[in-house]
Amino acid sequence: MTAPNHRWRQFKSAVVQVLTLACAILVITPLVLVFYHLVRLGFSSLNWAFFTQLPRAEGEVGGGMANAIAGTFILLAQAALVGLPIGVLGGIYLSEYGSSHGNWWIRFAADILNGVPSIIWGIVVYALLVVPMHGFSALAGGGVLGLMMIPLVMRTTEEVLQLVPGGYREAALALGIAKWKTIVQIVVRTALKGIVTGVLLALARVAGETAPLLFTALGNQYWAHKLTEPIAAMPLQIFIYAIGPYDDQHRQAWAGALVLLLLILAVNIGVRFLTRDRFQKPS
Amino acid sequence: MPPGEEQFIPQTRLEPRSELPAPAADAPALTVRNLSVYFGANHVLKQVSLDIAAHAVTAIIGPSGCGKSTFLRALNRMHELTPEAHIDGEIRLFGDDIYSRQVEPVVVRRRVGMVFQKSNPFPTMSVAENVTVGLRLNGIRGRKVLAERTEQSLRMAALWDEVKDRLHAPAVSLSGGQQQRLCIARALAVQPEVLLMDEPASALDPLATARIEDLIVQLKKDYTIVIVTHNMQQAARASDYTAFLYLGELVEFGTTTKIFTNPSQKRTEDYVTGRFG
Amino acid sequence: METHFEMELDSLKQRLLLMASHAETAVNQAVQAFVQRDHDLALRVKEDDRIIDQFEIEIDDLVIQLLTKAPLAANLRLVTVAMKISQNLERIGDEASKIAKRARDLSREAPVKISVDLPRMAAMALGMVKAALDSFVNRDPAAARAIIPRDKEVDALNKQIHEALARHMVAHPDTIGRCLNWMVAAKSLERIADHAKNVAEEVVYLCEAQDIRHAAGKNQGSPAPAA
Repeated sequence: MTAPNHRWRQFKSAVVQVLTLACAILVITPLVLVFYHLVRLGFSSLNWAFFTQLPRAEGEVGGGMANAIAGTFILLAQAALVGLPIGVLGGIYLSEYGSSHGNWWIRFAADILNGVPSIIWGIVVYALLVVPMHGFSALAGGGVLGLMMIPLVMRTTEEVLQLVPGGYREAALALGIAKWKTIVQIVVRTALKGIVTGVLLALARVAGETAPLLFTALGNQYWAHKLTEPIAAMPLQIFIYAIGPYDDQHRQAWAGALVLLLLILAVNIGVRFLTRDRFQKPS
Repeated sequence: MPPGEEQFIPQTRLEPRSELPAPAADAPALTVRNLSVYFGANHVLKQVSLDIAAHAVTAIIGPSGCGKSTFLRALNRMHELTPEAHIDGEIRLFGDDIYSRQVEPVVVRRRVGMVFQKSNPFPTMSVAENVTVGLRLNGIRGRKVLAERTEQSLRMAALWDEVKDRLHAPAVSLSGGQQQRLCIARALAVQPEVLLMDEPASALDPLATARIEDLIVQLKKDYTIVIVTHNMQQAARASDYTAFLYLGELVEFGTTTKIFTNPSQKRTEDYVTGRFG
Repeated sequence: METHFEMELDSLKQRLLLMASHAETAVNQAVQAFVQRDHDLALRVKEDDRIIDQFEIEIDDLVIQLLTKAPLAANLRLVTVAMKISQNLERIGDEASKIAKRARDLSREAPVKISVDLPRMAAMALGMVKAALDSFVNRDPAAARAIIPRDKEVDALNKQIHEALARHMVAHPDTIGRCLNWMVAAKSLERIADHAKNVAEEVVYLCEAQDIRHAAGKNQGSPAPAA
């Protein structure tokens, strides 16, 4: 071990360290840039009116995105109603029941669906729901978001359940507890945090989908009074404003984008907080 | 009651152990006849026959892969968790055929409990909740009853004094040896007749191991115990009878003293003196 | 390939056999010294007894060491039997020492004319010792069992010699001192035969796991697997 060798190795080690640090910074940079831009351009437009008023007619200054904000929550609620039970139960089936052959096909289908471009989802649900119902509606919007959630939630639920060590299942079965009770009371309960995380993250993902909503919810300048009416949603509204000609609309689009991002950020941070390690285990 | 369950002593009722009809004093707890276990085409256990004596500790020894765990799991139908497993032969628990078509595995497992190599207390539950989980999830919910059983089981598992002040602490906050005793208490709470233990101390340090072995010897007054171990000294210390399995066959079965001081089969002698395995 | 443990067991066997040959030699030389009134030989026997005592200590130590490794089955029997055989060999050495001491005392005085067949008794006892050790080396339980009844013959011969010496002492009171020495020597030979019988019993236990000490039917046997 001669001295020059040692210094050469130290140098190589330092180079790699610097390179990886640079890449890490590169990864964070877009997030920082996005945030910075949104805050710079949108923060000033956040006021009470923005959150409580309906959009004004084209060309007029002022107004807000109250209906879009409410609409997003309504759509997400519907999506959860569809996506949560079907996705979670589907994930449970994949993890705990079924045959290895059949399950392979189900997983394959789910993975393909997860990769389908969102605009295609929009077109499909247009044909399935909008056409028979003779109109765009909140139901269709919620429906498409829910359908998009299903394969996502199913796969994350299955993966989280698979992480539960088999020893717990065996121990429960060895106590003479029936299989379904084992799954619900022991396995799912152990994996609950992970399942909730998966659902919340899926919701956060579909919250930002715009293309499918173009074909289903359509958007609305006013409040939707029934679920069978078209409804406004934040991504839609941002899109419409952003391609519009008026500066005031652009301003509101930036504000809307900032709010949407903050919403998604809140969900992610909330999930991190909820799944933090609370116990220090003695060794 | 589902058909076939009439012939079993209902395990969800709460008769104290002394009121259950006592089996004949020398009747074996489990009689195994020509047991063969297959995993797909793999013939893992070959025509094993033996009697497990009641209120005694029987040890199953043998080199890795000889089928000891498979044999143990056949005694409470746990091998059925593997889809390709199937079984030939007969196992009777105090005379009842545990593989009869009318019997559900769940019922068998309430009479034949199991403790595993790696302790696995349920992480989302407290100490007390872990002990009573087998009762609660089988319909017994009376608070007083559960509290009594909790104390009784923890005392039997020699854990009561250490945890009586933290019954509601998370189960995973206990040490390794304590967790294993908690799993034993959990298994005992459903009042099985037989307790199966698959290498119960192999993941523990020597002090914790000694306590588990001591516990096993104490428990045999009330239970029949079958323990799988790769540690011959443990078998010698804790068991009354020993069965030596090799490559899926029962090579020799006899009192522990005989197997370890003067076995009849050369293969047993070779294994016990460390010439192979 | 032998394991380390098996090599240690072998080492125990070797030490035991070495101790045995010393004990055999001691008895041989003691009897020779007695019969041939060889003072120097007798002295040597007494000194060599120390070596035999050392062997006993060493073998006991080895046994304890091996026991911490928890030997089982035939190995366990070998280790415990080795301890007992070494005890018996040490006593044989002591008895040989006693014979040597009497030989020294007798060699200083005039020889006494008795027609007592001590050499034959010595040969019988020695034969038993040798046979017992051979049965250990060859792991031959049948040969070991055959030794046990021979002890009765030695006992009978001892009684005979005892009576003959007693009659001689009554008839010739001036030889009492020397005759007593002969009696002690005979007694020692009888004890040596007893110890040889003990060794044979231990060999049977080692090979067949049967404890035939203090038992009635000493000639029955049941075969056990070769250790």
